[in-house]
Amino acid sequence: MTVTAVEKDPEALTLVLTAEFDAPPELIWDLWADPRKLERWWGPPTYPATFTAHDLAPGSRVEYHMTGPSGDQPRGYWDIVEVDPPSRLVFQDGFANDDGSPNDEMPRNEVVATIEPIDTGRTRMSIAAHFPSTEAMQMQVSMGMVEGLTEAVGQIDAILAEGAAA
Amino acid sequence: MQTVDFQPDIVFAALADATRRDIVLRALHGREGVAEMAEHYPMSFAAVQKHVAVLERAGLVTKERSGRRKVVRTNIEGLRLARGLLDEYEALWRGRIDRMTDLISRSKEVHP
Repeated sequence: MTVTAVEKDPEALTLVLTAEFDAPPELIWDLWADPRKLERWWGPPTYPATFTAHDLAPGSRVEYHMTGPSGDQPRGYWDIVEVDPPSRLVFQDGFANDDGSPNDEMPRNEVVATIEPIDTGRTRMSIAAHFPSTEAMQMQVSMGMVEGLTEAVGQIDAILAEGAAA
Repeated sequence: MQTVDFQPDIVFAALADATRRDIVLRALHGREGVAEMAEHYPMSFAAVQKHVAVLERAGLVTKERSGRRKVVRTNIEGLRLARGLLDEYEALWRGRIDRMTDLISRSKEVHP
């Protein structure tokens, strides 16, 4: 398992995953920058992704769809915020309607990918998914998801363990 | 045992409030009634009662008879289901990272 840490920060409403790879930062960046490589990891094998617009430049919109087992094609987009190869990519990850336009009723989350060398030929990548605090109901949903559960999980586990022992 | 349909948006909206999250934690022990709960918060009994009602509708707590009293108890199953959704989001990214690792090791085989 290459994932080295998962943090759920309730104050910043952020979920951070950190992973390490046996490869230089340029190779990891390439997995984001080359749409044909990106397609091989963004979607799960049962829902492979196809990127139909892919220009990693601030202000640009990346468009993709996924293809499900029954032929269904959910669409999504990224609004690119920051690009600094090979170390940083920031984008708003959202759902799109069938015609490709953003679905504003669905929550968007901001993804910050940070790529840094940690040793010769080794790279650390962190993914910070940030749920913005807005008036939107769906955003409240995300907040509760990150905040409420982080606090409760430890205690739930303790109680479940007690129940199993009893 | 009463079962409640799990509706993610209602559950997460219920958990989005700090007081209600605190009530869920206190009610894990299932020792206090609404009146005793209310003493912990700088708000009226009615306000706390309202929070408990929101949690009850979300299936996160139940009111149970304990001797002559009614105590508020957290519904562990409801919380577990909610936690599952957060885990799914984490699993989504873990899956992506696994596939990235796979691609990296394959590209090494081609260009050692």
